[in-house]
Amino acid sequence: MFRNFAFGLAACLALSACGKPDAAKAPAAGAQIVGAGSTFAAPIFAKWAEAQKAETGLSLNYQAIGSGGGIKQIKAKTVAFGATDKPLKLEDLDAAGLVQFPAIIGGVVPVVNIPGVTGGQLKLTGPQLADIYLGNIKKWNDPALVAANPGVALPNLPITVVHRSDGSGTSFLFTSYLTAVAPKWAVVGANDAVKWPTGQGGKGNDGVAGFVKQTPGAIGYVEYAFAKMNSMAHVNLQNAAGTFVEPTAESFADAAASADWSKAEGFYLLLLNEPGANAWPITGATFVLMHKNQTDAATGRAVLSYFDNAFNKGDAAANELAYVPLPADLKTRVRSSWSAIVGPDGKPVYAPAP
Amino acid sequence: MIAVVPGELVASTPRAARGTGLDRAFEILCFSAATFLLAALGGLIVSLAIGGWPAFANFGVGFFFSAEWDPVREIYGAAGAVTGTLVTATVALLISLPLALGVAIFLVELCPTPLRRPIGTAVELLAGIPSIVYGMWGLFVFAPWFSKHVQMPIMMSAKPGTLWETLTTGVPNGSGILSASIILAIMILPFMAATLRELFLTIPPQVRESAYGLGSTTFEVIRNVSLPYIRTGAIGAVMLGLGRALGETMAVTFIIGNSHGFPTSMFASGSTIASTIANEFAEATGVLHTSSLIALGLVLFVITFIVLALARVFIGRQANL
Repeated sequence: MFRNFAFGLAACLALSACGKPDAAKAPAAGAQIVGAGSTFAAPIFAKWAEAQKAETGLSLNYQAIGSGGGIKQIKAKTVAFGATDKPLKLEDLDAAGLVQFPAIIGGVVPVVNIPGVTGGQLKLTGPQLADIYLGNIKKWNDPALVAANPGVALPNLPITVVHRSDGSGTSFLFTSYLTAVAPKWAVVGANDAVKWPTGQGGKGNDGVAGFVKQTPGAIGYVEYAFAKMNSMAHVNLQNAAGTFVEPTAESFADAAASADWSKAEGFYLLLLNEPGANAWPITGATFVLMHKNQTDAATGRAVLSYFDNAFNKGDAAANELAYVPLPADLKTRVRSSWSAIVGPDGKPVYAPAP
Repeated sequence: MIAVVPGELVASTPRAARGTGLDRAFEILCFSAATFLLAALGGLIVSLAIGGWPAFANFGVGFFFSAEWDPVREIYGAAGAVTGTLVTATVALLISLPLALGVAIFLVELCPTPLRRPIGTAVELLAGIPSIVYGMWGLFVFAPWFSKHVQMPIMMSAKPGTLWETLTTGVPNGSGILSASIILAIMILPFMAATLRELFLTIPPQVRESAYGLGSTTFEVIRNVSLPYIRTGAIGAVMLGLGRALGETMAVTFIIGNSHGFPTSMFASGSTIASTIANEFAEATGVLHTSSLIALGLVLFVITFIVLALARVFIGRQANL
């Protein structure tokens, strides 16, 4: 354990050591921007950076240390931007002098291992999912599940609940969804780690998927990209409009598009149970955190130009990696929010091309 | 590692008295290296205590006796993780000690000379495999096998309503307390085997030869001469193995099932101090959550310290024999 402790310490030191000089340097061609946070968004950030490096010479040093770490690092000003799957509330943002904006959409997909049931066959409502995770529904042939799934041969098999053991934005989104749709879930609450009433914890998406695959009768939840890449048997969920939807890029995009961002101060919005007819009910976003007052305008400019560029040209790369790009009007809204990020002279550090 | 250099021998050499500047500098260098280590250790304890203070202050003694771990309501107790840590480490020790003894005895007493080096090296190589690899192997290879060939037969043979059934309930996918203990046993085995082998090699040849000369069989020599000779040192080696098992993190995290609270059966999910910290530290943002995890770290430190101190005492006694 002390090895790990020391390693963490060393990593922090290294991070601050390489973060500070960069923040002070003018990001001319060949400059490096330093970010830290969400592990979920790390692959797409890297992919975007790779495409831009050839074009602009800008390079990205992104440390996937987890959303909580990202928030801590940006507050400590050791990085130029932080990234979190769990948005900060407006008062927290103001207290720390931060602004946030969504950068990429993702979501959570329940996956199952039920002999004889293939992906998309099983339909669940939000309250049923909550009952399963509360341990109230214990068998797959529970009358409630059988009644909701005519034509599906649900076996007499105990349900094994699998959840994430590590604190994670995925768990935060999942438990927030259950809180939103099932009043009963209030006994557990929503957080990136909760006191699970039942089941087993797997470490990371890998761990959850491993337990689900090895346990007949298991249900777990993983990130959409992970479920898609590993072709796991997903569950179709009922959304706010009452339809059972498949987790696809379109249903995630529909959730993001039908959300009412105009009322979301500081972009604090979880895309849960959005009203769109085809909206996937457990959708979320990775949010980028930056300081409102940039001590070095050039660094702020480099970060924003990186995301502007990614919004303009990065959608194909996002789709390729099974992420969901922001819908066009949300991108416009995000770009206009950037005027709040100012340099020492009080002027916006970056003006996106109209 | 067992060799003890008597202090007065070094101090009384005349060389130190006519020390030149270089000697003096060398002395200071060595001294500061040693004190730096002590300072780092002290700093670690102090920072763990300071970091964990909010948790101790908030929960008081109850922190050690409550198994409640609820990050939403910010209620934390160490009992579940401490129990998981002690249980997995002890079971791991019970499994690996006979194996380690067997390996060591075979290598020293019975092994044909050409095989001695390859087997010895293989045991040492096992010690070099990173913890995470054991975790992945445990989750994807060992757990399915264990579930199919050990756990399922045991669970299905248990009569309903008996104590045995209570002790064997769990999710039939090969994860849980017992699996974690077995993985831990494999991980500490090479270290213990190597230490025990070193201990066997410290037995003066004439002692063993004399026993053979009296007409003892190999088994009698091992049982009546070798084992008693290394007894105290062996306890030290066991304690060091225990120390390693207590702090093992990644492999356990993958396979233990990670649920807070007291484990109720050998196939039940549980958690250890190290696995809880590894799982939650990166994303812990609340003051009390972070501080409870640091406090857990301090508890583990104290447990490990006690175990290692006992090991020192036993190994010291062996060296003085």
